[in-house]
Amino acid sequence: MSFFKKLKDKFAGNAEQEKSTEKYKDGLAKTRTGFTSKINDLVAKYRKVDEDFFEELEEVLLQADVGFETVLELMDDLRFEVQRKNVKDTSNVQSVISEKLVEIYQSGDEELNEINFADGLTVILMVGVNGVGKTTTIGKLAHRLKNEGKTVLLAAGDTFRAGAIEQLDVWGKRVGVDVIKQAAGSDPAAVMYDAVRAAKSRGVDVLICDTAGRLQNKVNLMNELQKVHRVISREVPGAPHEVLLALDATTGQNAMIQAQTFKEVTEVTGIVLTKLDGTAKGGIVLAIRSKLKIPVKFVGLGEQMDDLQPFDPAKYVYGLFAEGLDKEDKLEAERADK
Amino acid sequence: MAFEGLSERLQGTMTKIKGKGKVSEADVKDMMREVRFALIEADVNLKVVKEFVKKVSERAAGSDVMESLTPGQQVVKIVKDELTELMGGEESKINFSTKQPTVIMMVGLQGAGKTTTTGKLAGLLRKKHNRKPLLVAADVYRPAAVQQLETIGKQLTIPVFSKGTDISPVEIARQAIEHAKAEHLDTVIIDTAGRLHIDENLMQELKDIRSLKEPDEIFLVVDAMTGQDAVNVAQSFDEAIGISGVVLTKLDGDTRGGAALSIRTVTQKPIKFIGMGEKMDALDVFHPERMASRILGMGDMLSLIEKAQTNLDEEKAKQLEEKFRTSSFTFDDFLEQMAQVKQMGPLDEILKMLPGANKIKGLENAKVDESQMGRVEAIIYSMTKQEKTTPEIINSNRKKRIARGSGTSIQDVNRLLKQFEDMKKMMKQMSGMNTKKGRKKMSMPGLDSLFK
Ligand SMILES: Nc1nc2c(ncn2[C@@H]2O[C@H](COP(=O)(O)OP(=O)(O)OP(=O)(O)O)[C@@H](O)[C@H]2O)c(=O)[nH]1
Ligand SMILES: Nc1nc2c(ncn2[C@@H]2O[C@H](COP(=O)(O)OP(=O)(O)O)[C@@H](O)[C@H]2O)c(=O)[nH]1
Ligand SMILES: [Mg+2]
Ligand SMILES: [Mg+2]
Repeated sequence: MSFFKKLKDKFAGNAEQEKSTEKYKDGLAKTRTGFTSKINDLVAKYRKVDEDFFEELEEVLLQADVGFETVLELMDDLRFEVQRKNVKDTSNVQSVISEKLVEIYQSGDEELNEINFADGLTVILMVGVNGVGKTTTIGKLAHRLKNEGKTVLLAAGDTFRAGAIEQLDVWGKRVGVDVIKQAAGSDPAAVMYDAVRAAKSRGVDVLICDTAGRLQNKVNLMNELQKVHRVISREVPGAPHEVLLALDATTGQNAMIQAQTFKEVTEVTGIVLTKLDGTAKGGIVLAIRSKLKIPVKFVGLGEQMDDLQPFDPAKYVYGLFAEGLDKEDKLEAERADK
Repeated sequence: MAFEGLSERLQGTMTKIKGKGKVSEADVKDMMREVRFALIEADVNLKVVKEFVKKVSERAAGSDVMESLTPGQQVVKIVKDELTELMGGEESKINFSTKQPTVIMMVGLQGAGKTTTTGKLAGLLRKKHNRKPLLVAADVYRPAAVQQLETIGKQLTIPVFSKGTDISPVEIARQAIEHAKAEHLDTVIIDTAGRLHIDENLMQELKDIRSLKEPDEIFLVVDAMTGQDAVNVAQSFDEAIGISGVVLTKLDGDTRGGAALSIRTVTQKPIKFIGMGEKMDALDVFHPERMASRILGMGDMLSLIEKAQTNLDEEKAKQLEEKFRTSSFTFDDFLEQMAQVKQMGPLDEILKMLPGANKIKGLENAKVDESQMGRVEAIIYSMTKQEKTTPEIINSNRKKRIARGSGTSIQDVNRLLKQFEDMKKMMKQMSGMNTKKGRKKMSMPGLDSLFK
């Protein structure tokens, strides 16, 4: 029986408690300490740490889009630790591994998944490539902030894509917040200028700015974005206080280049990992976090207003494994059938 | 953060072999490891990679790789051939029904590019096949999805059938087909809402639309940046509704696009079109060989070139001249120029487009040195955005990084930086030539090292 099969069985043994973790979405309330001890338990139950174990772990992570470099680093670390501690006793090997597994998601830093609010007006700029979920996230975020008692204004900065202004407008109505807009095709920087002025004169707490999706290799479009950023910081010192990069969990290794380029152009402060309600895991955010130090702040779990949750690393890493387990499990069952 | 392509990856293994003068089985194994790396970095699904590497290993073992003087190149060739073959033929044919109207369904995940592609496809069918399309707004879920399609229809002056968002997509599609019959519109393209492949209700909705009138084409629209999950998506959609072909969007980006191989492997359905931009004319036919090169990190020059060619007009030349004059010529422009140069072959073609440049002698026989160009491209791709626009900031640390990232040496980077500066100077002089009569004798200091 494989390591993961055992791991899975262990979880299954706790069916009552684990029911909520079936879906990442349902299990967000779990605390990290709970998770850590669980991983400890699981690994402790496993007896043999051999090449098969490493290989299985590697494959699960690769299939979650974590990326080769990061996975290999992690595997090297694991092997090294196991060797360094020169542990013959299996129970010690297990503790080393559980330590490392936990480290993947803790990654040293403080958890920075709070929005950085200013004293006066807080400006949030949403950026990202085409179709990743920027506009939807703005709708969800506005809803969230409004529920926290904040006054919110939206800026329809995507003047390019057909129907983009109308799309944000619908969200504004749904959530019950105003949208500052101009005609399709107008200069996005001008829209931002208007919006910032309006936000100031109305005295709202938060202005969230939508932008058109753009691929990071389009120099003109990235320049345009830089200009939008500049206009905002000129009008409000210290703004934008948050630049949120929307990344689609379905995206593979290109997300790293997206994060790098958008960071260079707009000083991205956080990531929103969208579409996690699908089967993709967006594991590349682990690599992005370790290489570029950009934290994930929120995750998107659906198309409705309240499908936005603060990022919980413990839950997230659990999701990476849990799905992996399911798959390995299914495969094993299939093999057994044959 | 440019990812290494297969050729660069194999360089390490090759130096090792060179020292020994003979290729061992272990060396071949090493090379296959690199193939595996390269494909996974390109987002090909792990399971697909395994299968593929197994196949390639067998072929490599049975061929003369081990006797070859250039085993690395042999391996690259085998891998590329195999990839190209797997990717299928060039098949942009569209099935039309004998019974009016032809029905085409667009399906896929949220944000993949269905609506945009619906518009592009309609434009193409009208232009190339003389069809009279009707666009159907069957996305009643995404806010303003109907307006999006209506706007696109207006841009193209192609009719859009919409019934708001209060009736079911199945009913909208049914009425649309009736409407098309009545209006003698021969091709109905249904833009469906994005949905997750695991959403059973919404997958059922697609089945219901499908059973109205058997579609002649069901296109799965997939974002080229998709990672490992592409296999699940493609397989689920195919199993649920039976797709007839694939459209791969956003290939104007810088993703390797390994998803193409994953999808192809699990569905065996042809990739018929690729999306190359947000505008309505940015839909191209799929070329398996170019896709193979791209996945292997050997550049997708041909596609770039075609773009360059269509864009190379007076307007562009003027812009370029302006850039030279104001010295705002960047490495990105340089890249674009190279793509054009490569396409044009004889350099004078492209230089003719630059005002004043046709007076330069000795360019008629210039030949492009491809490998040198590859190196130059690799270097530029390894630069950050800022470095491309303001190369002045490239200090020795940055040079080191760039060299590493591009698999070249610091000398190579230095050489390119010098060439670039020289070229900028020269261009500046050149653009001044129109006005100044007594000009200096010109040479091409930057470009000549690119030519043998
Ligand atoms: N399942 C799921 N769908 C999402 C999520 N977030 C966004 N979407 C959907 O993804 C599609 C694209 O979302 P948009 O918000 O329009 O994306 P965008 O980045 O603004 O797109 P452009 O402005 O066109 O670049 C829509 O169909 C959304 O409903 C999510 O977390 N889960
Ligand atoms: N750069 C680029 N953007 C594209 C391409 N195809 C679609 N898009 C963009 O991707 C986003 C989502 O497209 P849309 O057609 O609304 O996707 P849908 O949700 O699947 O209908 C929009 O911003 C489009 O402009 C393409 O080939 N290249
Ligand atoms: Mg948007
Ligand atoms: Mg759509």
